[in-house]
Amino acid sequence: MTLSYHLQIVNLLASLLLLISFAMLSQRRIAGLITLFAWQGAALATSTALVAWSTQQPHLYYSAALTLALKVIAMPWYFYRIVKKLDVDRDVEPMINIPTTMLIGIALVIFAFNLALPISELSGTVMRSTLGIALACVLLAFLMMITRRKAIPQVIGFLAMENSLFFAATSATYGMPLVVELGVALDVMVGVFVLSIFFFQIRETFDSLDLKHMEKLKER
Amino acid sequence: MSAGILLQLAQTLLAILLAPLLMGWVNQCRAWLQGRSAPPITQPYRTLKKLFHKDAVIAHTATPLFRFAPYMIFACMALAAGLVPTLANDLPLSPAADVIALVGIFALARVFLALAAMDIGTAFGTLGARREMLVSFLAEPALLMVFFTASLISHSTELPVIVETLAHKEFVIYPSLAFAAVAFWMVSTAENARIPVDNPATHLELTMIHEAMILEYSARHLALIEWAVALKLFTYSALGIALFLPWGIAAQGDAGALSLAVAAMLLKLMLGGAFLAFIEAISAKLRLFRAPEYLGTAFLLAVLGMLIHFLLEV
Repeated sequence: MTLSYHLQIVNLLASLLLLISFAMLSQRRIAGLITLFAWQGAALATSTALVAWSTQQPHLYYSAALTLALKVIAMPWYFYRIVKKLDVDRDVEPMINIPTTMLIGIALVIFAFNLALPISELSGTVMRSTLGIALACVLLAFLMMITRRKAIPQVIGFLAMENSLFFAATSATYGMPLVVELGVALDVMVGVFVLSIFFFQIRETFDSLDLKHMEKLKER
Repeated sequence: MSAGILLQLAQTLLAILLAPLLMGWVNQCRAWLQGRSAPPITQPYRTLKKLFHKDAVIAHTATPLFRFAPYMIFACMALAAGLVPTLANDLPLSPAADVIALVGIFALARVFLALAAMDIGTAFGTLGARREMLVSFLAEPALLMVFFTASLISHSTELPVIVETLAHKEFVIYPSLAFAAVAFWMVSTAENARIPVDNPATHLELTMIHEAMILEYSARHLALIEWAVALKLFTYSALGIALFLPWGIAAQGDAGALSLAVAAMLLKLMLGGAFLAFIEAISAKLRLFRAPEYLGTAFLLAVLGMLIHFLLEV
């Protein structure tokens, strides 16, 4: 295996994405989670820009810039503000304890790697082997949404999933058309705003951001 | 061949002599970062000298094992220091043991330390020995996984081959080694009884792990154990350098590169020691029951490294 250096760095950044996904799974504090989310965005933007540079795909530069502006600067800043306003930066206890979550995570990674192997054979891009990592990140973000009780970690899990899907698109087909990407970015941004309104509503109704209280809303 | 043996002896002696200096450097950096006035860098040597000049006090209930253990621990660490390529690669001693045997040598020293701690029968010694065993039985598999990742890349568990592959072949970025490096860092903090698993400067018996085991030792026995601890830190640093930053270690039979190798080693150890002190200054000791989680994370990272190797590097 002798890849060119920038592709080796892309591989390294892909591994970094996976590492950050695991760090998010094990993170107990919301502020730490937001910081990790920002780092994930930064790794994603860097790898996208590198792919753009090495494969001469100018539209990928725009998506890298979009990622940088939205997911590294705007959203983390906004989340920090919400956390400060809601005063919720305490330890969050996940539903399953963290070592078990990590073990499930490892199983998911093995599953994803196996699943992606035949798919990546079909793809013609230079960085197709990172598809397995992207898939693993998607599943880990899923796992995070499932195992967290509080609203903000769940939303961050959702955004992390979007990050990994974006990475999967880049690694499988050099990214989606710019129009689609712009649409997705707008969707995500609007989603975050709507969800943040929900945060305030949820807290006003239940005095807590713990989503298990929402079970009370069921009709009996 | 005789030059090789000479070099081997020089490397082992250098490790034994430099180990307290590394310890002194880490302590100095830590004192600076904490805003205290630092002890001189030669302080560990002075402590050792003082301890060697004292008369040993040994409990009435001590068996010969208690007296024998410090020599054994020191010998294990000296052997380990001889096996790890710090200055030159592929020395005469290195075929004697591969990385798995190296882990075994560390385990041997640990078993003797734990046995000696329980030998006197004090509560703190037993407590320390149990905690040490809890930490190390979790740290060892993670350490082995780190070595397996490096072995998969170089297709060998022999340290010289690993170093040869990483340092003297064409430069390739191995993402799996990045994971392994983080895991190795976590394992070596646990194994060397540093923050966040254990606090080497603690005076509170209830939180001790390593210190609780050596509470009963005095004079030359204590000196040997302290020296072995410094040597262990040195060996782990050298191991980390050999696996993850091997550039500068002289290739086989390359005598001209030796002076460069010494300079590179000193520089890397200085940076590594300063980094260790920095990490210790910014982090707090974990609760004991968080330690399994910490080491579980290390194991997980090492396994992830192996998986990544299969995905990206085969």
